[in-house]
Amino acid sequence: MLGLGPEEWAAVWLSLRVSIVATLAILPLAIWVAHLLARREFVGKGVVNALVLLPLVLPPVVTGYLLLLTFGTQGAVGGFLSNLGIVFAFRWTGAALAAAIMAFPLMVRAIRLGFEASDPKLEQAATTLGASPWRVFRTITLPAALPSVIAGAVLGFAKAMGEFGATITFVAAIPGQTQTIPSAIYAFLQVPGGESQAGKLVLVSLVIALGAVAVSEWVARKVAGRRV
Amino acid sequence: MSVSVQITQRLGDFALDASFESAGGVTALFGPSGCGKTSVINAIAGLSKPDAGHIRLGDQVLFDSETDVFVPPHKRRIGYVFQEPRLFPHMSVGQNIGYGRPNQLYSTRGDGGLAVLGIEHLLERYPRDLSGGEAQRVAIGRALTSQPKVLLMDEPLAALDDARKAEFLPYLQALVAKTSVPVFYVSHAMSEVAQLADHLVVMRDGRVARSGELAQILSDPAAISDIGVREAGAILNVTVAQADASDGLSVLATSAGRLFLPRVQAEDGRAMRVRIRASDVILSKDKPDGLSALNILPCTVTQLHEGQGPGVAVALRSGEDALMARITRRSARTMGLKAGLSCYAVIKSVSVAPSDMGERGAG
Repeated sequence: MLGLGPEEWAAVWLSLRVSIVATLAILPLAIWVAHLLARREFVGKGVVNALVLLPLVLPPVVTGYLLLLTFGTQGAVGGFLSNLGIVFAFRWTGAALAAAIMAFPLMVRAIRLGFEASDPKLEQAATTLGASPWRVFRTITLPAALPSVIAGAVLGFAKAMGEFGATITFVAAIPGQTQTIPSAIYAFLQVPGGESQAGKLVLVSLVIALGAVAVSEWVARKVAGRRV
Repeated sequence: MSVSVQITQRLGDFALDASFESAGGVTALFGPSGCGKTSVINAIAGLSKPDAGHIRLGDQVLFDSETDVFVPPHKRRIGYVFQEPRLFPHMSVGQNIGYGRPNQLYSTRGDGGLAVLGIEHLLERYPRDLSGGEAQRVAIGRALTSQPKVLLMDEPLAALDDARKAEFLPYLQALVAKTSVPVFYVSHAMSEVAQLADHLVVMRDGRVARSGELAQILSDPAAISDIGVREAGAILNVTVAQADASDGLSVLATSAGRLFLPRVQAEDGRAMRVRIRASDVILSKDKPDGLSALNILPCTVTQLHEGQGPGVAVALRSGEDALMARITRRSARTMGLKAGLSCYAVIKSVSVAPSDMGERGAG
């Protein structure tokens, strides 16, 4: 299909795996932080907000380098984790980590809007009906913010699919290991005559992006169909 | 179940300092908007935490600043009906009603309080498909299904137009008559309060101006300034003698004579409450003759109360019941009104609105 070679297919599957794992793994944290920023007042809120946004404003190469310093096998956290058998450097898991961190601010911003727009009066009503704070969150707050959560997840997935600078700095571009679609396209364009292979991957990116948008629209409509 | 509330709370520029006791039944919190009624029931619900004081429900302490007790709202077993229905939009009516009792069955039929709400045909629908009155009935059903130990209602009729209100009030009356838990009913409409309440708490500027038995406060001429000169008026306990008199009126028996009032929707023999506004009562020293007014009750003046304005509130005893009239100071002087004097109270039939007549028996 599409005349993709094994190397290109590897990049496609790796990109999908990295992006899906990154999005799903970081989503609960993004929801929690978004809820915290939308609904709670606490000391140091500004600092937390700035930290969340940091990957958005830093050059991706800088983020990748910081990841290398922290999560590399010589790094503070990476060294400790490698003793436990968890290695990020030059593995697909590292690509997923980089993608997750780059996607995080976008997801938090989108989901936060949903929590800010949802009506705390419904939560009060649920509380008076005997629901614990966790049940209120699960059954009232989260469903109300669901369209924003979906939007945030799609945005995060798209960002993860397109992530290049931080990934290539942190885990390089080892074919079959850490070479995602963007780094594969870049590599093909460096080689004379690689344009046609690059073009095919561009086409695949387009299909995946459109597919993600279509799926999110469908889910959002299903969710919206049940409310006012 | 007795209820004791004594709380102080600063809310921005507003200072709440409210204390009252109630023996249970239906306690109405009455007063103009912004007087702190809602703040009081939010404190009872635990949605806000007072700065100091206590809230006790029977022998259960919900809040006490001295012993540092604050039961979180979800553990208080409170049924709260808000001004707006606040139904969960992503759940069906049935799921909304069941929310307070997960994994348990409930019935909208039979003897339970839910049957009177008339909502069993709505269970499959979603909140967006309900009318305002239906949604508020579902909200009440949802609050009741959680089997609360106390029911709080914050102007549950406020979101409805007048026609819906009149349609809804009988549901509410039947409901509070059936339920055995204490009810707190917040309202600025005396006609609702007079129909529903046993105990009345009148609030002004964050404080309790008066607290006591409803009938007693409403027939106390000194309370007229707290209730408002237009809203003041005593409650007559009547029995329906003939609901369907041929000329569009109903004949109601009071302890002092018969009243002819606009048609009531009740069968003969039923006990009712009728609120007679003080401004709708005319006094005459002699039995009037040749008047268009149909209702003339013999009474005795029990008390006169002069306020700030040109009016005088006259408390009257008519048979077993209390009446109140508001007349000008000048008339009171001309007539030589004083306590113990016999006179006649004249009430114009059509001035008694249907919303002032309700099927809540002698309360």
